[in-house]
Amino acid sequence: MRPGPALPADPHPDGTTVLGASDVARALTRIAHEIVERAKGADDVVLLGIPTRGVTLAHRLAERLSAIEPAFDAAASTGELDVTMYRDDLRRQPTRAVGVTRLPQAGIEGRTVVLVDDVLYSGRTIRAALDAIGDLGRPRAVRLACLVDRGHRELPIRPDFVGKNLPTSTSERVRVLLSEVDGVEDAVVISGREDTEGDAR
Amino acid sequence: MKHLLSTADLSKDEAVLLLDTAAQMAATQSREIKKLPTLRGRTVVNLFFEDSTRTRISFETAAKRLSADVINFSAKGSSVSKGESLKDTALTLHAMGADAVVVRHWASGAPYQLAHAGWLDAGVLNAGDGTHQHPTQALLDAYTIRRHLVGLRGGAGEGVGADLAGLRVAIVGDVLHSRVARANVALLHTLGAEVTLVAPPTLVPVGVETWPCAVSYHLDETLAEFRPDAVMMLRVQRERMSGGAGGFFPSPLEYTRYYGLDARRLARLADHAIVLHPGPMNRGLEISAEAADSDRAVIVEQVANGVAVRMAALYLLMAGEDSAEGNDL
Repeated sequence: MRPGPALPADPHPDGTTVLGASDVARALTRIAHEIVERAKGADDVVLLGIPTRGVTLAHRLAERLSAIEPAFDAAASTGELDVTMYRDDLRRQPTRAVGVTRLPQAGIEGRTVVLVDDVLYSGRTIRAALDAIGDLGRPRAVRLACLVDRGHRELPIRPDFVGKNLPTSTSERVRVLLSEVDGVEDAVVISGREDTEGDAR
Repeated sequence: MKHLLSTADLSKDEAVLLLDTAAQMAATQSREIKKLPTLRGRTVVNLFFEDSTRTRISFETAAKRLSADVINFSAKGSSVSKGESLKDTALTLHAMGADAVVVRHWASGAPYQLAHAGWLDAGVLNAGDGTHQHPTQALLDAYTIRRHLVGLRGGAGEGVGADLAGLRVAIVGDVLHSRVARANVALLHTLGAEVTLVAPPTLVPVGVETWPCAVSYHLDETLAEFRPDAVMMLRVQRERMSGGAGGFFPSPLEYTRYYGLDARRLARLADHAIVLHPGPMNRGLEISAEAADSDRAVIVEQVANGVAVRMAALYLLMAGEDSAEGNDL
């Protein structure tokens, strides 16, 4: 996907906006179509968002899936998966609050689970999510959708559906802003970029 | 939070975080696979100097559900019966690499000593010390009250994020010997609930006027005027009263007449009111069988919630980074 046209004024002075609201919307629409194509329909698809922004993205994808396949019941096929208690870095960080895990009523047994996250980085969150899913049931398949893949994987994990591949350095910070969560217009912002730092500030 | 010694040390935010974490832990306990890998490779020692069934089993279950290794140590049949001091026991546990110690002791303040004397660098959880505190019991009581009276009334999410503001709780019975009552008064006050203690004058401790609660000697009057949303019956701790029931009240029958929760008093409670008891119950003394088995009694649920609350406490104490300083709740 091509990056969208440059915005007239950057609303995020501490970083560079790489995707604007319309880019995010188009990427999600494309991912929704890819999910339907890959699953040959949307009958057995369950979208599980990883808090916080993955949950919002999962809901948006569910809306698009029901637009594509009217038989898809968005509310009954969307859930959230908190992976805090499965993380491998708990002892390296201050105690994290445990989030909510909410599965669709019908469960995930035998269905195609699509994990939804905002930024894919080391892959450790997804590793934790796979462990969490293993304790919740046995889906037919697990796929991974993310809005941004910024590289630097530390585990053999690969996304199935990507909104945008963003080559980054580890010193940069990639933030996904969503109107429901952050109260500002949707955007993907990179900050701390060394070569453009002078320009950005 | 490095230790959990007393509910009086908990701020409101910490207490609500503990209850919210417990709600998430409870949600995992209805799954087919109840075990979580969170505390894998860490060791919890249950150090029990006093008899206990439900608290020890509850802590053991909680630690195992979080994949921690559990070592049970009871004073009976250990070197304590040969005269080993608390300090030497603690140094032994330190040498064995315990990450958290759950301690029940007959002496008030023993867990504090264990936590602050520098014998151990493990987190200490107080599972009841003398007549001082029993924080996880108070937390599970508050959790149960919140689930029933805030969560189900408001409807949303079992009351997650809420405190107990505006609720009235009557704590009835042997307050003098009760660490549960002390722990509950402090915690319920922090969470914004109003507490009235009801007990015969002989079972009210000296200095109760400094506690953040009201005191009454009449159960019927309290039920009629205070209109409690929750009634917590305390066990009459006859093992702590010298010579059977000696000295504190004339006879068990008289105690039951004045302070027992029976069908008649149960019928006078508000429709939404619930009945709690920390267990083990003396049926026929402080609580009648009708009251204990009624729909309002949440006593069995309290035990189930105990596992979730203890999982939350172990998680919040043990899951963070090793250095105690950075590990704020």
